[in-house]
Amino acid sequence: MTNQYDAIVIGAGHNGMICSALLAKTGKKVLVLEANDQVGGAAITRKFADDFSVSACAHLLFQLQPDVIKDLGIEPDYSKKSMETIVLTEDGNHIRYQGKNISGVNEEDKKNYIEFHNRMIRFSDLLKTYLNKRPPRLGTKNTKDLMTLAKLGFDIRRMGKTEMREFLRLIGMNIYDELDERFVNPYLKGALSTDAVLGTHLGPRSPNTILTYLYRLAGLHGDVSSIQGGMGGLMNQIRSIAEGSGVEIKTNSKVNEISVSNGAVTGVQTEGGEKYLSSTVVSNADPKQTMMNLVGPKHLEIRFTHRIDNIRMRGNASKLHFALNALPKIPGFEDLDYQQRILIAPSEHYVEKAFNHAKYGESSVRPVLEITFPSTTDSSLAPEGKHVMSIVAQYAPYHLKGGWSNESKQQFSDAVKSVLKSHMVNIDQCIISEELLTPADIEQEFNITGGHWHHGEFTLDQFMFVRPVAGSSQYEMPINGLFLCGAGSHPGGGISGACGRNAAQVILQRD
Amino acid sequence: MKKYDVIVVGAGHNGLANAAFLAKAGLDVLCVEKNDYIGGAAVSRELYKDWKYSNCSYVCSLLRPEIYRNLELHKHGLQVTPYGGSLQFMENGDYFGSYHDPEAAHREMARHSLHDADAYSRYSTDTMRQCRLIRDFLLRTAPDPTSFKPRDIKELILLGNKFLELGEDRLYETIRFWTMSVAEYLDEYFETDVIKTALSGSGIIGTALGIHSPGTAYVLLHHYMGDVDGNVGTWGFARGGMGAVSNSLAGAFQSYGGEIRSEAGVDQIIVKNNRTKGVALESGEEIYAPVVVSAMDVKRTFLNCMDKNDLPGNFYKRVKNFKIRGSSGKLNIALDGMPTFPALSENSEFIGKADMHFIDSMERMERAYDDWKDGTWSKDPYIDCTIPSATDPTMVPPGKHFMSCFVQYCPAQIEGRAWTNEEREAFGKSVIDQISNYSPDFKDLILHVEIRTPQDIEDQIGITEGNIFHGELTMDQLLFNRPVPGFAQYRAPVKGLYMCGSSTHPGGGVMAAPGANAAREILLDLKLKNTVPENFGDD
Repeated sequence: MTNQYDAIVIGAGHNGMICSALLAKTGKKVLVLEANDQVGGAAITRKFADDFSVSACAHLLFQLQPDVIKDLGIEPDYSKKSMETIVLTEDGNHIRYQGKNISGVNEEDKKNYIEFHNRMIRFSDLLKTYLNKRPPRLGTKNTKDLMTLAKLGFDIRRMGKTEMREFLRLIGMNIYDELDERFVNPYLKGALSTDAVLGTHLGPRSPNTILTYLYRLAGLHGDVSSIQGGMGGLMNQIRSIAEGSGVEIKTNSKVNEISVSNGAVTGVQTEGGEKYLSSTVVSNADPKQTMMNLVGPKHLEIRFTHRIDNIRMRGNASKLHFALNALPKIPGFEDLDYQQRILIAPSEHYVEKAFNHAKYGESSVRPVLEITFPSTTDSSLAPEGKHVMSIVAQYAPYHLKGGWSNESKQQFSDAVKSVLKSHMVNIDQCIISEELLTPADIEQEFNITGGHWHHGEFTLDQFMFVRPVAGSSQYEMPINGLFLCGAGSHPGGGISGACGRNAAQVILQRD
Repeated sequence: MKKYDVIVVGAGHNGLANAAFLAKAGLDVLCVEKNDYIGGAAVSRELYKDWKYSNCSYVCSLLRPEIYRNLELHKHGLQVTPYGGSLQFMENGDYFGSYHDPEAAHREMARHSLHDADAYSRYSTDTMRQCRLIRDFLLRTAPDPTSFKPRDIKELILLGNKFLELGEDRLYETIRFWTMSVAEYLDEYFETDVIKTALSGSGIIGTALGIHSPGTAYVLLHHYMGDVDGNVGTWGFARGGMGAVSNSLAGAFQSYGGEIRSEAGVDQIIVKNNRTKGVALESGEEIYAPVVVSAMDVKRTFLNCMDKNDLPGNFYKRVKNFKIRGSSGKLNIALDGMPTFPALSENSEFIGKADMHFIDSMERMERAYDDWKDGTWSKDPYIDCTIPSATDPTMVPPGKHFMSCFVQYCPAQIEGRAWTNEEREAFGKSVIDQISNYSPDFKDLILHVEIRTPQDIEDQIGITEGNIFHGELTMDQLLFNRPVPGFAQYRAPVKGLYMCGSSTHPGGGVMAAPGANAAREILLDLKLKNTVPENFGDD
């Protein structure tokens, strides 16, 4: 039998490929089935206009876990490593920060920033350990789980009284209060708020946003880079690593059913009607897609389906791509500045106000923007002399009142352009072509329910022990042989690879 | 000059409860109060001829029954009467009512949605389970998780076991419940907007958060965990107004030999060599005692009444950043008669007996919060409106009525500056207008209105920003984090100085638990026999 495998992975997103590579390394015969014609999931490079390409969804690398890099031997080919973040101000005296270095703010803010940064790094390091392992179950007598919990408790204690108290105080807090307590400069507060809320349905005042901020730092300490050839470049490398370990990857193979018999998986079936057999199926798709569509409620217990149904996963981040005939003029900018990560978030209030709209199913009138010009460091993306601008814009809620139409898309992209214009006066003359991906488009193109970065909102009630749902946080689903390895499982989204690696470890330990 | 064993600063319900337990243990206790009346925010006063107003706190449920029994408050005149359900008026002329009678409640809910009526039983079982869990923590001192003292470790293990007893599944539910927003929590059960709106109110009362802010499901709990006569989750009126609660505590205190001095505002807590010596009154008089207990909120205690140099820098900073946010205002209204509500039938049991709300959608609830974030009062506010005189006729002349409107949101300052009189009037008008939309004759019946912004409450009662909980009920300010990590066991960083107000665990509401818990710690330090009840006997 040629279609019998030791494990079948659904979806060649980065987590799926990482998981498959780690499984294949132990000699398993692994098949990865990908619906689209290229691998990478939401981390691909593709054309969006004649001769212009871009990282179509995720566009910056800042979370790829060191453990993943090490285990797979990934050597990212950076087009720009350790980017600075530039927060645009009206007068051209922009704020810049990278790691613990900061400029453009007064001495007091600088001192406080370093203190803040150091503390956040310390906390994120603690968090990191637990992001890179299976979350323990609570209230069981399982020795392993108890050991992990005991170690977690010990690690928190080991930080010392003061730090421990700060950790326990901050972990559920909102970033707004912490920033307000520390800083004066509104642009700095706006930028750090943005770092905390990107990709979530949260505003800076929402409790919990310290956690999302720590999550951003956990692993690479928030060091932001871009990849040669866009995110797809990195994905191709991971693909070769996986294939090098013996993984078989089939693209254009959309799985439409996970076959279940007597409470155990037996394999999968694709849209094309092909059947592949395995007693182990690992899904890189989001939990809702996996359990409700591919498995189907008929195989599941009512309370479990109820919980899956209740996972909140409505995306708010949209992606805009612009083909430019020249770089727009930005006051105070020099050539090298265009290579950095640029934020438009003039204050924490601005970010919160942008979020207000999302609560009522409206798109932000003054959106928060994360901007890059990847073509300034990577000539493969645009013709000579021309450029690509890639923007993450918030908030554009998945459930827009009245739904996303051409009109409402135009309205949002006009809003983005009007914000751009306040810093780039000649932007209109530069644009040749543009594309807007709303969360609804992202859902469509990348098969992510709700078009959400994290495959499920990143909040304490959907974190660690209770991610994706209570009682199923250890990658194993309540069907024998079925596992999750995508961002919907612990720890969450972003190009981190932790989910795929953790899932592989769980599967290998089981065998 | 007489020297006391203990001076309690502030004769609010927590100060009095604290003083009563200490006096009961045989200590010579003086309670000083800045106003010429006692009760703090649990008062009933005559602000309009022949009308007695509970002009701050207005309903009763959280007062711990252990305290009620232990101090025999019934002997000192406290009687709480449950009131009848709650009501949500709708823009389309309909209404949604909650009845105490489960049959009636189910029928009414089913009138709006059969699905929700069925979901409700699941919902109440789940929330009640959380209530039962938290109620055990209320009359206990929160353990310090960083401490290696046997007592803290023992307490941590005890609490840990309490959680483990829940079992794996319920443990996860608890984690989710404590961290979710009330809106999302309700979304998991209900589908009807007005029903969700009705239930969500308890998630935001008294906090500077919106229904969509994570952590508000816990606030819900804070309003469900009380009881009247053993009916958990029920609210009632104290006969004679909320002042009856304070008066009964004062009565108990005095029966144990305690002394109360009103019009004795404290200017400074006297500290020498990191030890408290007593208090200096605003009049200049000094009173001495080796133990001083402050029932004021922590900001007022440490920022206003103490010298910064007497406090550790870190502690001072944390107190300064402690979040006490003015988020609610009040209107107290004297009425010439009972207003009519066309949405209700003439003999509806809700009239005057239910707490009424005039907002019917989750979006309106959240938008009310957006106004607060913008530094202004809600133009379409959430009003918790009661007419206590319909249940308790002792407070007003026959046939007349008293209406209490708790209004959210209302900031302590307008865009960072003080309120003007015009703005206060406009705030009052937005409340009266909203009610008039559902009661055409309401405006004509008004005899007198007292409008209170958080600033007014602070000026009169002394609570920073008029916050009813003496500090936000967010996770960073609960349990061992309340008020300041490391100082959650009622002891201030100065020897002999204690805190017993709502800024301490378990927080605000007319609960008296902080006062009782602080008394237990003080008695422990003084090596005296404990007089404070600890466990819940009949749950």
